[in-house]
Amino acid sequence: MSPAVLSLQRIDEQNRQRLQKKDGAKAPDPTTAQTKGKPRLLLMGQRRSGKSSISSVVFHKLPPSETLFLESTARIQKDSLNSFMEFQVWDFPGQIDIFDNPNFTFDMDAIFGEIGALIWVIDAQDDYLEAVARLNTTILHLQRGYPHINIEVFIHKVDGLSDDYKLDIQRDVTIRIQDELSDQGVENAPVNFHLTSIYNHSIFEAFSKVIQKLIPRLGQLEAMLTNLCRTCRFEKAYLFDVNTKIYIATDSTPEDMASYEICSDYVDVIIDFTEVYGSWQRTQQWRDRLEGEPWDQPLEDQVACEWAESGMVLSDAQRPIMLREVDRFLALVAIMKEGSYDKMPQINMNVDVVVKGLTEFFEITKPKETRINAQSISSSAAGNQN
Amino acid sequence: MSDHETTTTGTSSTASASAAAAAGDAGVGGAAMAAQLKKVKKQKVLLMGKSGSGKSSMRSIIFSNYLARDTRRLGATIDIDLSHVKFLGNLTLNLWDCGGQEAFMENYLSQQRAHVFSNVGVLIYVFDIESRDVERDLATYVNIISALVQYSREAKVFVLIHKMDLIQPLKREEVFDHRVDVVRRKTAEAVAIVRKQKPEQQLQHYHQQHYHPQQFATSSPMTPGALIRDVDIDMQLFATSIWDQSLYKAWASIIHDLVPNLSVIETQLASLGVAIDADEILLFERTSFLVVSKWSGPEGERNPYGDRFERMSNILKSWKHTCSKFTGTPRNAEQFSDFEYKMGSNFSMFVTKFTTNTYILVCMPPGEARFNSARLNVAAARPWFKFLDGPAVATSSSSQAMASVGGGMGGYGSESNAGP
Repeated sequence: MSPAVLSLQRIDEQNRQRLQKKDGAKAPDPTTAQTKGKPRLLLMGQRRSGKSSISSVVFHKLPPSETLFLESTARIQKDSLNSFMEFQVWDFPGQIDIFDNPNFTFDMDAIFGEIGALIWVIDAQDDYLEAVARLNTTILHLQRGYPHINIEVFIHKVDGLSDDYKLDIQRDVTIRIQDELSDQGVENAPVNFHLTSIYNHSIFEAFSKVIQKLIPRLGQLEAMLTNLCRTCRFEKAYLFDVNTKIYIATDSTPEDMASYEICSDYVDVIIDFTEVYGSWQRTQQWRDRLEGEPWDQPLEDQVACEWAESGMVLSDAQRPIMLREVDRFLALVAIMKEGSYDKMPQINMNVDVVVKGLTEFFEITKPKETRINAQSISSSAAGNQN
Repeated sequence: MSDHETTTTGTSSTASASAAAAAGDAGVGGAAMAAQLKKVKKQKVLLMGKSGSGKSSMRSIIFSNYLARDTRRLGATIDIDLSHVKFLGNLTLNLWDCGGQEAFMENYLSQQRAHVFSNVGVLIYVFDIESRDVERDLATYVNIISALVQYSREAKVFVLIHKMDLIQPLKREEVFDHRVDVVRRKTAEAVAIVRKQKPEQQLQHYHQQHYHPQQFATSSPMTPGALIRDVDIDMQLFATSIWDQSLYKAWASIIHDLVPNLSVIETQLASLGVAIDADEILLFERTSFLVVSKWSGPEGERNPYGDRFERMSNILKSWKHTCSKFTGTPRNAEQFSDFEYKMGSNFSMFVTKFTTNTYILVCMPPGEARFNSARLNVAAARPWFKFLDGPAVATSSSSQAMASVGGGMGGYGSESNAGP
């Protein structure tokens, strides 16, 4: 570790302590709340609004058509997800109203104490007035006890609805909720709306936005990707969580659904190829033959990169897409500009450096959330020089 | 880096040597084979089944690159929808998509009987697994089969039990097995009916087809067994759904038997595979992405995924859709030209445009040098497979082409030798 890095870390540590002293009396910092346990996503909403379908499709890779056969959820379904950052998904049965239930009293702190985000699912193809009313009471309850919780409203099952109609519904729901909240004197509640469907990429994109809010130091990640895009002339770069196809960061160019779709499908293609051709153990014989004459090298030395790397040239404008594995969970996917496929070797070197930076970033942020990623900054700076 | 380059050269020259040898082998069979290569083959394919069973949907998905969900837009087929699908340049499928409403069905079986059922290469019969009136479906099926046996005895029959996605995953196998039993029994019945009801016609037909009046006169009354065997049909059943890869499996086997010069393709693919040290090679048709031919090395054979071929078709085809959405080009247009994937020290693979009508997928052991030389060798092997693209070339020039392949390979080898 270079002296510069050490000093940066020291300064950061001091900053952090000063901040903590200042905010000590106030509500706990959301980032420190997360360090206690895994951040948690709560899925709530009316029954049959599609909560279990969402969690099966996004987190268990169930094909959307098979969600037809899902049974209704009777108890709270807790899923723990091991990914670049560990988090839990709790799927609440729709028939239980936790705020108004004479038979049970729920331990609110146990449920909402370590929560990262509350996802409220509304069926757009159904009469949603009751759902909106319940959502309102929930928001009011949460605003009293846990004001820092992000509330994400998924206006769900919008596939098959016309664009105008979708926006009408979104406007209607938004107005109903905001009116109710301002009547109750609640201003600026952290409520966000997403139009979603499990039959296209919208659900993944919505989840991406939700998860991104839970990532500490997201700006740093984004800056690294933006730098990479500039140096390598990428049109768009995404950092994907491979298992869920959620993107946890992207560069600063405007959001573009089309490029997210193609990148996410590209990840799918790679996963499928890996499963089919990479998941069985090769024989020793095979290995011996490959390591013998005329190569005389162990296989590991014959490859340029120990992680997965891939490239694809599209026919129309020759815009290549590239993918590079970062670690077990993450992959960097980028759409390149026309004609840059010839420069692949240089691009690979740049990408290598950024990937190293990303790896360090996650190493640093994992054990102790608040330490600034000095190393990753310095290494991404090195990446730019390349 | 320079180290790598020299290894590359070494590999490619050995590869080209064996490639030239393979080309020489092919040359021995020479003219006769080449003449056979050039014939354009037309195949009449009947697509039948009850109305709404999904015939046009699957046709659109396989040959017109529809997405599964887009098929909802398709209306009912009226009468017969004829289409000519060019497959690999020298095979044309005359696809008869027969509307399945009862009135049409009766028409096919009566007025148009000879027109519809003669010279059939393949009959694809589609059953809707969710159908309410199974008995009636089967009755129609029996009629169709008898008509087919009457007019085109050599035809192959593929029965697709369709819409399997509507059955719960756990029960699928059981439901399918049950249906297979029923259909097989009914087929046997149909054949029996034909034999019993119209022995005259049968025998006449047999007679006409084989032109062996003497043999017929002496042997047929003695050995009815010969006739029975003769009437037995070559039938395969598949469980399919437009929502997964099962459709590709069924259609790949339908196509497989129709592809002309299959053995030539297979031998050449094998010699290419050995030359470049691959684990597995798949050859896809360009628009449908059906697997035309495949070769697996000893290591590739060990792959536990038996369904990988149709899976690859499915993956690449849905990738094609994604691309067409992204680029805004028509979905039948060519979407990607090159794909490569190196999975560390595990394996590497590439998919690339091969001949005009095909894509090739090569899965091989890891290693940069190996990978690069394989890419070059696959590019150099293209001329061997030119015949896939069509009937254009005459016999003599094709053998020249073969020769020039060898020359080209040699030239390439020496060129790369001279390079560094």
